Amino acid sequence: MEQGNVLSYFNLFKLVLSRDLKIALRHRDDVLNPLLFFIIIITLFPLGIGPEPQTLAKIAPGIIWVSALLATLLSLDRMFKSDYQDGALEQLLLSPYPSFIWVLAKVIAHWILTGIPLIITAPVLAGMLNLPTESFLATFWTLLLGTPVLSFIGAIGAALTVGLKKGGVLLSLIILPLYIPVLIFATSAIDAASYGLPYGGQLAIIGALLVGALTLTPFAITSALKVSTN
Amino acid sequence: MWKWLHPYANPETTYHLSDRVIPWFGWLSGSLLTIGLVWALLFAPADYQQGDSFRIFYLHVPAASLSMGIYLGMAIAALCGMVWQLKLSDAAVAALAPVGAVFTAIALFTGAAWGKPMWGTWWVWDARLTSELVLLFLYLGVIAINNAFEDKQMAGKAASIIALVGVINLPIIKYSVEWWNTLHQGATVSKLGKPAMSLEMFWPFVVCFLGFAFFVATVTCIRFKTEILLRNSSRPWVKNLMLEQAK
Amino acid sequence: MPWENNNTIEFISLFIALQSLSAQIYLETKQLTCIKQDRILFEDLNVQFRRGDIIQVAGPNGAGKTSLLRILAGLAQPYEGTIEFDQNNINEQLELYRQNLLYLGHLPGVKSELTAQENLEFQLSLHGYGNSDAEALLADVGLLAFEQSLAGQLSAGQNRRIALAQLWQSNAKVWILDEPFTAIDAKGVEAIEQKILEHANNGGCVILTTHQELNLPSNRVSRLELDYRF
Repeated sequence: MEQGNVLSYFNLFKLVLSRDLKIALRHRDDVLNPLLFFIIIITLFPLGIGPEPQTLAKIAPGIIWVSALLATLLSLDRMFKSDYQDGALEQLLLSPYPSFIWVLAKVIAHWILTGIPLIITAPVLAGMLNLPTESFLATFWTLLLGTPVLSFIGAIGAALTVGLKKGGVLLSLIILPLYIPVLIFATSAIDAASYGLPYGGQLAIIGALLVGALTLTPFAITSALKVSTN
Repeated sequence: MWKWLHPYANPETTYHLSDRVIPWFGWLSGSLLTIGLVWALLFAPADYQQGDSFRIFYLHVPAASLSMGIYLGMAIAALCGMVWQLKLSDAAVAALAPVGAVFTAIALFTGAAWGKPMWGTWWVWDARLTSELVLLFLYLGVIAINNAFEDKQMAGKAASIIALVGVINLPIIKYSVEWWNTLHQGATVSKLGKPAMSLEMFWPFVVCFLGFAFFVATVTCIRFKTEILLRNSSRPWVKNLMLEQAK
Repeated sequence: MPWENNNTIEFISLFIALQSLSAQIYLETKQLTCIKQDRILFEDLNVQFRRGDIIQVAGPNGAGKTSLLRILAGLAQPYEGTIEFDQNNINEQLELYRQNLLYLGHLPGVKSELTAQENLEFQLSLHGYGNSDAEALLADVGLLAFEQSLAGQLSAGQNRRIALAQLWQSNAKVWILDEPFTAIDAKGVEAIEQKILEHANNGGCVILTTHQELNLPSNRVSRLELDYRF
């Protein structure tokens, strides 16, 4: 039997991506809440540690990145949840296309909705934490390359815990240790930049992590989704 | 090549096989540990720099290397489960994870206890200790996900995925932590140098190591048996076995 | 006692079997066993689903009807056994099988944030019917004038109709429908039944569960009884 109109992989990617973005834009709280969380956490640090500019500048890269990890973590839960609950995930899994494509589209949609707002607000927050202006560009680059890695790795945990009632805490336990390399290289790049040192090496490593995550995690995510829908 | 392995994909055969090897492993482990620990703690020479506190080495190093070895073994079992759809692999993953976690905890605890006389503090963010701590987190993740699912089949598959993701990340994490550590090397922390090991120290270490390794094998086989029973509780052979044992 | 009998599956389809002895086998299960929560739902199930068959999977709640349909669809893995589509294991030709499969589960897979039309268009595109006329299909299932309503504002029955509209387009060989009549009114049920009959007459194969009596010629419907086992 012949099919009406078989989608090319790129069109499938576009289809799923635009659908996820459309849904999120009609449900804006989901996008705004992790961002607010990010901003509030960063505000708490100076209140807890004290407002000395030197201290804040020294720990600013760590604060920004740990907050970014936590904000991403908070948003991971909804990556597959609603699709799981209303049956759309089953339909995606049963589509005659390689799951790699639509998994990629869903993760990238998640990154656009959580990663990009973080990247945009980060310079303002970095300024409030007295991070030297030389490090702003490094902050931008590390977030640009690093937050997609967080989305990709986090998606594995989100896919595994999507069917569980109390998946949230479990998700953090599984995923946070895997975020360590990104955290280390990203903060060190920002640190290096604030001393005026080159930080291309760190960026290259984060880039390598991104490429690795991009190519490998969709397989893990798919098998995890299959376990969850089983 | 895999043909000879095939009978062991049968839970019943494997159950009885592990049943048979447990006493052997148990006795080997018991005798090796007795010899090794007495030798190491009483007769082996003390380190010329660290004195007797060095002797915790005989516990710490086997625990640390076994903790990583067990994770690797767990990941291999997980991979076999994914590739050949072996149900027993899930049981192996579930059996290995807590054993590995306990050995990681032992390695961390003995590392901290060793650190007190060496560094003057219980905890330093030494690269190896930090990696070991992360390894503990990875183990706990596998255990937690294995417990989170009610269905044993799904739990096993989920744990396998996490174990595999973990084993790919482990070298990256280890490398990044080491790199981070050299970057932030404080002046006060003197890194623990590799003790120059004389043969008098080496042999008791080997005996201790083998003793612990067989201990792991024994405990894992016992846990493996339990996992097989749990996963096959509705099978007739398990019911017959239970009836026999109840007599 | 039924649970002491290993042969729980009785395939009452004498008439159909005679009629379609030569008919092409679309789907065949071989020694299919399903175990959920340590309970054997069914064991050594060997069934053939042929061209032109309408098979109603029947049995009490918890007998494993949904599990069977999900396994047949390739969404869940059986404990033991295989499923063959056109004489080949489905796991070795997943994409081909999915092209020839329409599965509608308990959950309609309809996103509440999207309009009826957007939902249907997405589901159709996902299964390779991208250029079909979603508006006309929605009219077919009685959702004329609701195309632009958000699915979240429609009733459960209307949501299900959005998903069921795919039946008016799909020419997949195998249809697997899990409780398709839930929340559908009498007139809708009749239309869907006609659609099912039409599909079978056109050389399709329909496997469905329902607690209602099917209002179809009894010689066209065969029943697959699943017992509740302890």
